[in-house]
Amino acid sequence: MASKIVTFTLNGRETEVMVKPLTTLAKALREKLGFTATKCGCYEGNCGSCTVILNGEPVLSCILPVEEVEGQNVLTLEGITPTEGLHPLQQAFHENFAVQCGFCSPGMLMISKALLDKNPHPTKAEIAEALSGNLCRCTGYDPIIAAVQQVAAGSNGNQGGSHE
Amino acid sequence: MSDQPLNTVGKSELRRDGLSHVTGKTQYIDDIQFPDMLYLKMVRSPLHHARILGIDFSEAEKVPGFVRAFTYKDVPKNLYTILCLIGVGPDEEPVLAEKEVLYKGEQIAAIVAQSEEAAIEAAARVKVDLEELPAVFDVEEALKPGAPILKPWGTNYFVYEGHPFRRVRYGNIEQGFTQADYIVEGCYEPKPIEHAPLETTGCVAKPEANGRITVYTNTQALYFSMDNTALILNVPFNKLHFVGGTVGGGFGGKVDVIVEPIAALAAMHTGHPVKYLYTREEEFHVSSTRVAYRIYFKDGVSKDGHIVARQVTSYADSGAYNRHTPYAVTKHAANISGPYDIPNVHIDAHCVYTNRVPTSAMRGFGVTSASFATELQMDKIARKVGMDPFEIRLLNAYRNGDMRPYQKVVGDATLVEVIQSAADMAHHPLGERFQAMNSWDRANSPARPEPVSAQKES
Repeated sequence: MASKIVTFTLNGRETEVMVKPLTTLAKALREKLGFTATKCGCYEGNCGSCTVILNGEPVLSCILPVEEVEGQNVLTLEGITPTEGLHPLQQAFHENFAVQCGFCSPGMLMISKALLDKNPHPTKAEIAEALSGNLCRCTGYDPIIAAVQQVAAGSNGNQGGSHE
Repeated sequence: MSDQPLNTVGKSELRRDGLSHVTGKTQYIDDIQFPDMLYLKMVRSPLHHARILGIDFSEAEKVPGFVRAFTYKDVPKNLYTILCLIGVGPDEEPVLAEKEVLYKGEQIAAIVAQSEEAAIEAAARVKVDLEELPAVFDVEEALKPGAPILKPWGTNYFVYEGHPFRRVRYGNIEQGFTQADYIVEGCYEPKPIEHAPLETTGCVAKPEANGRITVYTNTQALYFSMDNTALILNVPFNKLHFVGGTVGGGFGGKVDVIVEPIAALAAMHTGHPVKYLYTREEEFHVSSTRVAYRIYFKDGVSKDGHIVARQVTSYADSGAYNRHTPYAVTKHAANISGPYDIPNVHIDAHCVYTNRVPTSAMRGFGVTSASFATELQMDKIARKVGMDPFEIRLLNAYRNGDMRPYQKVVGDATLVEVIQSAADMAHHPLGERFQAMNSWDRANSPARPEPVSAQKES
């Protein structure tokens, strides 16, 4: 089957990518566009490492055909990283030792951002529920939850990519 | 203690790789790409034990993007054992299977293609003619007469300095049992565990203009991998440049040397960078697991709670090949008597081959399984004697100056203090005499039986 061009907004920028049919968003981001912050631990929608935000909703990019995002808004970890300093979630993950091997961290950060964007003051149980599809095999879940709680406690309700 | 102020001790230092991790800038193996990169996929055994009668690549070669296939004939030194670097032998694991496969998922042939999809398609089209052989999956069954023999030396066990198992002999076990009021037996079976790191095992091998091969790898053992790869490829070590240190989770699962030699060989032969990265399915099915054990205890215990004799027969399931398990079994044998001062000890620790996936290192390998079994046994003894489980451990804990069964004098004991602290934190009351114990003397411990004789064996 012939390749086609898919156009979408990636981290606020109009982006075109030429792909074979059924190429996943994760493969398009990582291999075609060079946005490798998004990780793939399983390529089958199980581990959550590939989580990105599509129109405000967290999605598993490793099982989403990139054609599905035609004309839509995709946000990856590269897109929430400020030019200088860190996003409050990145800062909190760093300070709370919520990263160990680092492989799950991009997915954990994106699922956490998607949560706080909708629910700026989640309970611990709500955070745990939101993170429940994201695996951390270093089993550092407590520091990750603590990092999200720290941001929620200091949050002004605006996590839309800005940093304070 | 020095009065000098401490700059780091007692403070939290931020991780030096933390900023790179939270910004997604850390480079893992799957993030590495080169424009002319090829992809390697394995043809694997669908059977647990089989003779290889033939391999037919003709359909695979027709797949668009197919570059070439590799078999054992292409590997300069096909047989290896990872621990040859510390004197373990003989070589017994093939990089690619030769006449026989010993486990389901064993590597038979490598396919290299221009895309991952083509490599998968071509590997699926390789026809391997196999004659199924009887398989054995149980450690004790594997040692019985009539079991299928897996190793060219005619047995299913690793040989330790001429012995069929790793032995520890201390005191006199039979006389020790005669001093006992109770015999407490137990059988414990810690199971295999898959490490399941979030980043699967893999590497990219890239030929350089100067004739060297750069290997980007997520191994936990960079020099081990480089040295084994050089031996397998029969090239000087300085032909290889290994780049690593970033490991997306390992837990012992990335100390085997499986992906690097064949990827480097493929890079040498094709002149292209070659990526060999396990799928999640491969990580679960064919990567090594933690070693499974079957451990039998027979302990002689006196009425006052002293263990006077401990006999352990332990069977480690190495799976089809050595990997790191012969070494694990030695550590296991040294530690299975526990951190306890026992005057008569007799350990037989077997390293057994079966048709299971090879087992290897994982977090304290050899010792974790020993501790699991030993501590369950200690609880069982406590119940039998009617003692508090903390106090029976304090009673038997080794002190500085005690002799370990493998003939080493303890010089750094802190077990008594650790148990006392644990009891304190758990609000578990201890008897006065147990609170007063320490690791430096036996002032508050009753006299213990001495070893029956100072008999020393290898």
